[in-house]
Amino acid sequence: MPQFTYREAIRHALAEELTRDKNVVVMGEEVAQFNGAYKVTEGLLAKFGPNRIVDTPISEAGFIGMGIGASMLGVRPVMELMFWSFYSVAFDQILNNAANVRYMSGGQINCPIVIRGPANGGTNVGATHSHTPENVLANHPGVKVVVPATAADAKGLLKSAIRDNDPVFFLENTLLYGEKGEVPEGEHIVPLGLADVKREGTDLTIVTYGRCVLHSLAAASILEKEHDISVEVVDLRTIRPLDIDTVLKSVAKTHRVLIVEEQKPFASVGSQLAYMIQREAFDELDGPIHRLATIDAPAIYSPPVETEQLPNPQRVLKAALAAVA
Amino acid sequence: MISPRADKHFTVSKIHRPSVSKKTTATAEKKAVSPAPSKAKGANPHAQAPINAKLTRDAKIELHRKMVRIRRFEERSLRAYQAKKIGGFLHLYIGQEAVAVGCCSLMGKHDHVITAYRDHGHAIAVGMDTKPLMAELYGKATGCSKGKGGSMHYFDPTRNFWGGHGIVGGQIPLGVGLAYGVKYQGHKGAAMAFMGDGAVNQGAVHEAYNLAALWSLPCVFVIENNGYSMGTSQARSSAGELAKRAEGYHMAWGQCSGHDLYEVRATMDKFLTEAREKHKPAVVEIVTYRYRGHSVADPDNTYRSKQEIEEYRKTKDPIQVFQNQLLSEGVLDEALIEKIDTEARAEADTAADFSEASPFPTPDDIQKDVYWETDNPSERKSQGRLFFD
Ligand SMILES: Cc1ncc(C[n+]2csc(CCOP(=O)(O)OP(=O)(O)O)c2C)c(N)n1
Ligand SMILES: [Mg+2]
Repeated sequence: MPQFTYREAIRHALAEELTRDKNVVVMGEEVAQFNGAYKVTEGLLAKFGPNRIVDTPISEAGFIGMGIGASMLGVRPVMELMFWSFYSVAFDQILNNAANVRYMSGGQINCPIVIRGPANGGTNVGATHSHTPENVLANHPGVKVVVPATAADAKGLLKSAIRDNDPVFFLENTLLYGEKGEVPEGEHIVPLGLADVKREGTDLTIVTYGRCVLHSLAAASILEKEHDISVEVVDLRTIRPLDIDTVLKSVAKTHRVLIVEEQKPFASVGSQLAYMIQREAFDELDGPIHRLATIDAPAIYSPPVETEQLPNPQRVLKAALAAVA
Repeated sequence: MISPRADKHFTVSKIHRPSVSKKTTATAEKKAVSPAPSKAKGANPHAQAPINAKLTRDAKIELHRKMVRIRRFEERSLRAYQAKKIGGFLHLYIGQEAVAVGCCSLMGKHDHVITAYRDHGHAIAVGMDTKPLMAELYGKATGCSKGKGGSMHYFDPTRNFWGGHGIVGGQIPLGVGLAYGVKYQGHKGAAMAFMGDGAVNQGAVHEAYNLAALWSLPCVFVIENNGYSMGTSQARSSAGELAKRAEGYHMAWGQCSGHDLYEVRATMDKFLTEAREKHKPAVVEIVTYRYRGHSVADPDNTYRSKQEIEEYRKTKDPIQVFQNQLLSEGVLDEALIEKIDTEARAEADTAADFSEASPFPTPDDIQKDVYWETDNPSERKSQGRLFFD
C-alpha cells in the first residue's frame, strides 16, 4: 500500500471530491495562492482554478456564514479554518445557523457544509490557538464531528464528510500533518460513526481519538513489553455519530477502561463516554472508569511544560497502570 | 433632544454610487441621482417609475391586498397571543408592510430573501399560506416549520425564503451565501438580506458587506430602519448614516421612505437590477416605523411618545397611503376596499381556526428534522449513535 502523509491524504480527498462533484468548493484564509497555512491545499488552485479554490479575507463569521448560506442552495463548501480555535468568532454562524437551520425549518433546509482545520495543542502557541472544541461542537444536535488520527482515516472520513448532507466539522491536527501512513489505493471511504480497533488486547481498553491514538499505541507497546499488560486501543474516529457499540464490545472483553483525550476534563467527550459506559456496561466493569485528559488550565506556552499538560505516552502509561491496578 | 421619529422620512429616494474613477481611490464620490421630478403637485412621482407604471390594475390590487392580509394576520395573531395561544416572542411588523411587500413583489425565479425575526410580513409577501404561518405561532404540527421554529423562524425554501433568524445580524452572512450560490450556479438573480437598524452594528454584517463587495456578489442589503432597536433609538445606537457605511466597502447605497410602496419598488428595482445584471451589491436603507412595541412583551412606554406613533399612523400608514394612491388612480373604490379587508379578516380567522384545530407535535417529533440522515434512514451512510440520553 502506498504511504502518504496525513496532509497529503486530506489533499487527495479534497481533490477527488472536487473532481467528482462540481458543487464542491474549497474556501478559507490562504487556501489558494498561499497553498494553505499548513499546505493542506497545496496545488489545488493550479488544478481547479480560482472559482473552486477561494481565498477569503480574515472574516470567519462572514465567510463561514456565507458558506452556510450557499450550502442551503446546494453548493457544497469545504471551509478551512486556519485553526479551529478561531471558531469562537464564528460561533453564532456555526452553532446557531448551521446546526439549527434544518430543525427550525421543520426539515425543509439542508446544510451540507464541511468545516475543517486543525484543533490541537502541543505547538507552543498558547491558549488562544490550542482549543479542542469537539465536545462543544458535539454538544449541538444537528452536527457531526470527526477527529481522524491517521492518514487513511483522514482521507476516507473527509470524503464521507463532503458527501454528507448534514454539517460536518472535521478536526485535524497540525502535529499529525507530517505523519505518514498507508492509504489504500483507489476510492477509499470510511463511513462516519465507525470506530476502529487500532490494537487488540485483553487487559485494558483505551478509548481515544485524534493524536492521543498515537500516544496510546506507544504506551500500549511499552505496557506489553515491560509490564505484560495487553491493551486494546479503540479509536473513535468520529465523535458524533458515536460508535459506542465498538467501545462496549471491547469493554466486555477487557473489563477495564481508560479514556484518553486531548480535552479539558470538565464536560469533555470522555465525560460523555464514561457516562455511557457505566450506564450500558456496568456489569462488565471490574473497576472504575479512568480518564486521562489535558491538565485543567488554559494551554501553557512553555514548550517542555506544554508536553506535560497534554496526554503523552508517559502520562498514558501511568494512567493505564492505575487503571489496571 | 431627539427629533420625533415621524419626521424622518424621505420625500425623494436617494441613490449613491461608488466612484468608478480608477485614478483616485481616496474619496468615494457620491452622486445623487434624483428621481424624475413630480409632475403635478401632490402626484406621487414614483407611480411613474417604469416598474410601477407597468403594473396592471389587478397587480396593484394584489399589492394592496397583501399588505392588508399581513396587517390582519398580525392583528389576529396578537389576539391569539393575548389569549395565551402563542408562546415566546411575537414581533409584529405592523406599520412596515410596504417594505416587505414592495421588495418581495420584485422577485424573480432566482431571487432570494432572508430576514430577521420580524418575519411574518416577508413570509406572506413571498406567498406563504397564512394557515401554516399561524399554526407555527400556535406551535402546531401543521405549522410551516412543524412547530419547531416559532414566530422568529419561518422558512419556505420553495419560495426562496430562507428565514426567519433570531440572532440580530446573524442572517446577513447567510444572505451573502445565497448570493454566492446564485452566482456560482450561474443564475441571474439576487439575494435580498433584510436587517433592522440595530443589526447594522453587528460585526458579522460588516464582514458580509466586505465579502459581497470584494467578490461582486448579487446581494442587496436592506436596512429596515424603523427607528428603534428594542427601546434604543437610532440616535442612541449608531454613529453616522446607516446605509452610508456602504461607502467604506465601495458599494452603492440608497435611501427611501418605506411607507410608500411605489417608492420602495422604484428604489429597490434599480438596485436589484444592478445586482442581477452586473453582480453589484448595495445597501438600501428603507425608513419605516413600527406601531407596536418591539415585541408584544414591550409595554412601549419608555422610549417614545404615543403622539409620535399617532403622527406616523395618521400621515404615513403604508396601507392608507397606497389605498389613497389607488383610489386616486381609480383602481380601488370603497366597495373593493371593504371587500379586501373583510376577506383578509376572514382569512386570518380561518388561519386561527385551522391552528386551533390542528394537533401539536408529539414528543416523538422532537428528534425528527435534526439530521438529514436520520430522516432518510434508507439512505443513511454513517453508523453509530446520533442521539444521546
Ligand atoms: C445577537 C443578539 N443580541 C441581542 C438580541 C436581542 N434583540 C432582539 S431584537 C433586538 C433589537 C434589534 O433591533 P433592529 O435590528 O432595529 O430590528 P427591529 O426589531 O427594529 O426590527 C435585540 C436587542 C438578539 N436577538 N441577538
Ligand atoms: Mg429597528
